[in-house]
Amino acid sequence: MKVAITSRGNTLSSLVDQRFGRCACFVIYDTKSRTIEFIPNPNKDAEEGTGSASVELVASRSVHKIVSGSFGMKIKPLLDSLKIQMIVIKGQEKTIKDIIEILDH
Amino acid sequence: MSPRVKTPRKIQNPPLVKGFKPYGPGSGKQNSEPVILLYEEYEALRLCDYEMYNHQESSLMMGVSRPTYTRIYASALQKIAKAFVEGSQISIEGGKVYFNSDWYHCGGCNCYFNNPEKEKEMKNCPLCGNLQITPFDSEMTMDETRINI
Repeated sequence: MKVAITSRGNTLSSLVDQRFGRCACFVIYDTKSRTIEFIPNPNKDAEEGTGSASVELVASRSVHKIVSGSFGMKIKPLLDSLKIQMIVIKGQEKTIKDIIEILDH
Repeated sequence: MSPRVKTPRKIQNPPLVKGFKPYGPGSGKQNSEPVILLYEEYEALRLCDYEMYNHQESSLMMGVSRPTYTRIYASALQKIAKAFVEGSQISIEGGKVYFNSDWYHCGGCNCYFNNPEKEKEMKNCPLCGNLQITPFDSEMTMDETRINI
């Protein structure tokens, strides 16, 4: 199963980005093969429509879960209809490595 | 006097498509106005005739009273019947609604998550696998969750 994590940078020690649409980087982690892929967010500095463009990007990688700090009003129904699970970690400073370790439990 | 304010209707699953188009010889009348099916009417139909809940249960899920639910449902049926008989397009849009799915909170890793597949019951946290999960009522903190989650 693939999980997308929003990241502030492109290393394992980067912190989880609290925003979804405008995060610096998406980390696609495959829990089966344990592979990690970093995708820079091309919509980072776009004026609007960043959320739905980001959803398209992660949905094209067929992820099942997205870990982020928050999801916008437009994104929640979109992800709901795509049956992608949203996981919100609020007010916690966690690195990508931490999240992957928790996911592996 | 201003009219009574409508209660916002809660939608769990937004429709996958934006509408329906007729086909066949009689469908050439493109000038006919599409029938506007409101989101709340789509949801009322889905709950009652697809998920097979009764009106009482459905009304609770949409956060409206049972009589209001029945009115929405009746309006949905009438519009669909009109579209079928007259061969007009159905466009699903509008309505006073908000979207929400069931949210949970995990005591283990202090995260919040939703359940995209309503058929399955959530047992453990999707992040840390902890069993200490509690339903998180986002209605109570609706304004907060709207902005923050």
